[in-house]
Amino acid sequence: VKRYFARKLLMYLVTFFVAVTIDWAIPRLMPGDPVQGLISRMQAQPEAAEALTGYYTQAFGLDVPVWKQYLNFWAALFHGDLGRSIWQFPRPVTELILEAVPYTLALLIPAILLSFLAGNKVGALAARRRVLDNTVLPLGYVLTATPYMWLAIVLAYVFGSIAGIFPLSGAYSYALQPAWSWEFVTSFLYHWFLPFASLFLVGFGGWAIGMRNMIIYELESDYSHYLEALGAPRRLVRKYAYRNAMLPQITGLALALGAVVAGALVTEVVFTYPGLGSMILSSIQNRDYFLLQGIFLFIIVGVLIANFIVDIVYVLVDPRTRIGMQGGQT
Amino acid sequence: MTATGQDSRLDPQTRPGSDESRALAAGVTEPSPARGARERREFLYFALRNTKLVIGLSTVLVFLLIAIFGPMLTDYTPLQFGGPVSEAPSSQHWLGTTSSGQDVYSQFVHGLRASFLVGALGGGLAAVIGMLVGFTAGFRGGVVDEVLNMLTNVVLVIPTLALLIVIAGMTTSAGRPGVSGFTMEALFIGATSWPWAARAVRAQTFSLVSRDFVDMARLSGKSSWQIIAKEIAPNMSSYLFMMFILLFGGAILIGATLDFIGLGPSNAMSLGLMLNNAVLWSALLLGTWWWFIPPGVGIMAVVGGLYVMNVGLDEIFNPKLREM
Repeated sequence: VKRYFARKLLMYLVTFFVAVTIDWAIPRLMPGDPVQGLISRMQAQPEAAEALTGYYTQAFGLDVPVWKQYLNFWAALFHGDLGRSIWQFPRPVTELILEAVPYTLALLIPAILLSFLAGNKVGALAARRRVLDNTVLPLGYVLTATPYMWLAIVLAYVFGSIAGIFPLSGAYSYALQPAWSWEFVTSFLYHWFLPFASLFLVGFGGWAIGMRNMIIYELESDYSHYLEALGAPRRLVRKYAYRNAMLPQITGLALALGAVVAGALVTEVVFTYPGLGSMILSSIQNRDYFLLQGIFLFIIVGVLIANFIVDIVYVLVDPRTRIGMQGGQT
Repeated sequence: MTATGQDSRLDPQTRPGSDESRALAAGVTEPSPARGARERREFLYFALRNTKLVIGLSTVLVFLLIAIFGPMLTDYTPLQFGGPVSEAPSSQHWLGTTSSGQDVYSQFVHGLRASFLVGALGGGLAAVIGMLVGFTAGFRGGVVDEVLNMLTNVVLVIPTLALLIVIAGMTTSAGRPGVSGFTMEALFIGATSWPWAARAVRAQTFSLVSRDFVDMARLSGKSSWQIIAKEIAPNMSSYLFMMFILLFGGAILIGATLDFIGLGPSNAMSLGLMLNNAVLWSALLLGTWWWFIPPGVGIMAVVGGLYVMNVGLDEIFNPKLREM
């Protein structure tokens, strides 16, 4: 197990290194000079613009050789300093991101966990049960093939525009300020429901189908037939099948994380939910590549941490890895 | 976005036993011609009786035909302005018009073309890379396997969307016109979505490499790639085909997402871009449902059709899964 975790950790370190390097390159590879963009927006006089160029180039640390910029980036990273935003200039990127992260997490975490649990349960129930299977399977395929943003648009249209039950945009009523008051929390939940539902539904479809197919594989495997031949009750056989089918589903959860995060980002855009997704859009539109860089760093770190958690859960769930799985299989 | 369930199902390393039996059941194609013909007949027999395959395949084919012939049936071009504004579907504009007077039908059929292009190219490239990496890792083993495995895991864990946004941002501004923009997009999608395919192929290759017939081939002095192409790949051909289908569908979804955030090719039309425009120009508030419903239905039908088709194929290749 130690060896297993050592390898995993090494893998994550390499990944982190590669990801940060790519991340560092973002503002440098993007088209257009961010400093020029910032100055042209100020509409300064030519002489002033020159002085400003010098000032901002220095402020963003762009006046040193590229290799040094790279090292500086790492150094600043460990101090939690991600530079300053261009879109909302003097404000540090970290501060802006920390404002948006809670909204994204509030959508993502419940959506991932609930859709995983519910999808697996329903999928397991549906397998080899004709009536349920015939409803769950087509529904699951439709849901999992739906682009996140489209489901969000349709939900917003049906429940927001036509029925007028749920609000179309924002995370809370514009009349309110974020606070721990009863009024704010209800308003928040009210605005939270539709984006959450669209994330939940797409995920649910995928998990239900995956579980349904896995259970069928397991029910057709030798140990299940053997159990049945011994006269074990059907419920017991299904229970064992479920446990075995769970393992690939957990691996699947790690694989799906990136996609779900992407889904949350576009869903936020549809509902103008003030999370990271909407922030990515405005940073692209405002050519604020430092903010974009910071957001990606957050997403990368978040996905890495989540992957690591899944790995730990996998070890806890799978007895074979507990005994000492061969490293080559990871 | 991706077919999460399918991904994990195709990722068989956690179930060595059943995956072995699957590989066996999947493609026992012996060289004898008589047997080959019978197998083909048997395949057709089950294929035509498998409702899932028939439904999935026909959905995909219908939309493929729309994508091919649809653009020929209209005089409008997707980006042409000047029609009536926000008009509901009529005989003039079959799917209505957008809030800037563009013809939705024309946008839809051209967008569908782009989606198929992105799917085929992106999925194809991902399948090729996945197979190259997977076969090499599984066949060579040892250090090569370790290195490739590391590479696969790194690409797997990095949120590909982040990577795609960077690359897409770089290229769209370079201003490549029309179709080549989608080609670029497809190539990037292919270059980032191969990891799970590589893992699946590697695990399958592992289970085949130690078989007797592979040893025989080695003894007869064939080169590694000959063995892979002649002995290993045919034994998992059905598996590879299904993998391609899933990658195809996944690429379409990723492409739509990219276009939706506004990182697709400019001056062209795609289904994702239609959704993007519809949201930006508040089609939701205006209630112009004909603007945003068709692109979503198109994506959903094609991708869903592909997934359903995949399950159908699975049942055909693997008799154990057939409904009793």
